[in-house]
Amino acid sequence: MAKETIRVEITLESNLKHVELIEVIAQTVAKQCGFGEDGLHEILMAVHECAINAICHGNKEDLQKQVGLSLSVHPDRLEIRVRDQGKSFNPNDVPDPLDKENLMKPAGRGILLIQAFMDEFRVGRCENWGNEVIMTKRLPSPSQPEKGGVGREHQ
Amino acid sequence: MSINSTTKKVDSVTVIGLSGKITIGEECKHLRETIRGQLSEGTKSILLNLGDISYIDSTGIGELVSSFTSVSRQGGQLKLLNLTKKVHDLLQITKLVTVFDIFEDEAKAVKSFGSTQA
Ligand SMILES: Nc1ncnc2c1ncn2[C@@H]1O[C@H](COP(=O)(O)OP(=O)(O)OP(=O)(O)O)[C@@H](O)[C@H]1O
Ligand SMILES: [Mg+2]
Repeated sequence: MAKETIRVEITLESNLKHVELIEVIAQTVAKQCGFGEDGLHEILMAVHECAINAICHGNKEDLQKQVGLSLSVHPDRLEIRVRDQGKSFNPNDVPDPLDKENLMKPAGRGILLIQAFMDEFRVGRCENWGNEVIMTKRLPSPSQPEKGGVGREHQ
Repeated sequence: MSINSTTKKVDSVTVIGLSGKITIGEECKHLRETIRGQLSEGTKSILLNLGDISYIDSTGIGELVSSFTSVSRQGGQLKLLNLTKKVHDLLQITKLVTVFDIFEDEAKAVKSFGSTQA
């Protein structure tokens, strides 16, 4: 397993009904990485928020556009990229949902959750696409598998 | 749709038990309509039991905040009961633990509304 790398890429119509498929694929790959119940849930939430943002904010719910998901398993981390075909956005310009004046706002917490659940979150531009959100999470160490994790020796 | 709700009255408090997920789409709409229905009936004291909620996304968190705001605007109170660890963590990350009154015991929660509320 150590040197093998899994890489999964899919492109889908930018439709909210596909969010579940995106989640299932991400979960399946994450399970292969040995993440336990908590890690899997955090990855699920991050991918969910990110896909919805790509479809709603990036692609503005335009069904003619596409959303891309790419998952790469590196020896130390799982890297997830979500692409849209929208105008560029800078996450540093987004209002802080923890500011007192934003605390009671009905939206604006998705990126906060992604940042809480993943080890890295950044946004770049992707050629022929638009925004590319890159999220990574360190793999659970094989000697101390996370509670409820799938032992990697079973693969 | 993956959300269900049951409603019961304990003293003057309406306890709404939710199960499933509070997520973008139909699930959030269900919560909004449940709260709106209660407010239109004049309910002022609402206790949301989230013990059987497995999953809330950012849209669902926003819906809880909106519910809180609309109940407060009508002069009522909305409080939360039985958060799972996952849901509690979410409210911690979003600092909403400082906004919501959160209880682990239904009787205590009901009592906290006081006797003046209807
Ligand atoms: N893929 C994207 N393309 C363009 N803008 C984006 C994208 N993702 C996020 N944004 C911008 O960042 C803001 C914050 O996103 P975030 O997910 O934190 O909150 P939200 O989507 O507005 O609300 P919610 O709490 O329901 O997720 C969005 O309102 C939007 O302006
Ligand atoms: Mg969002």
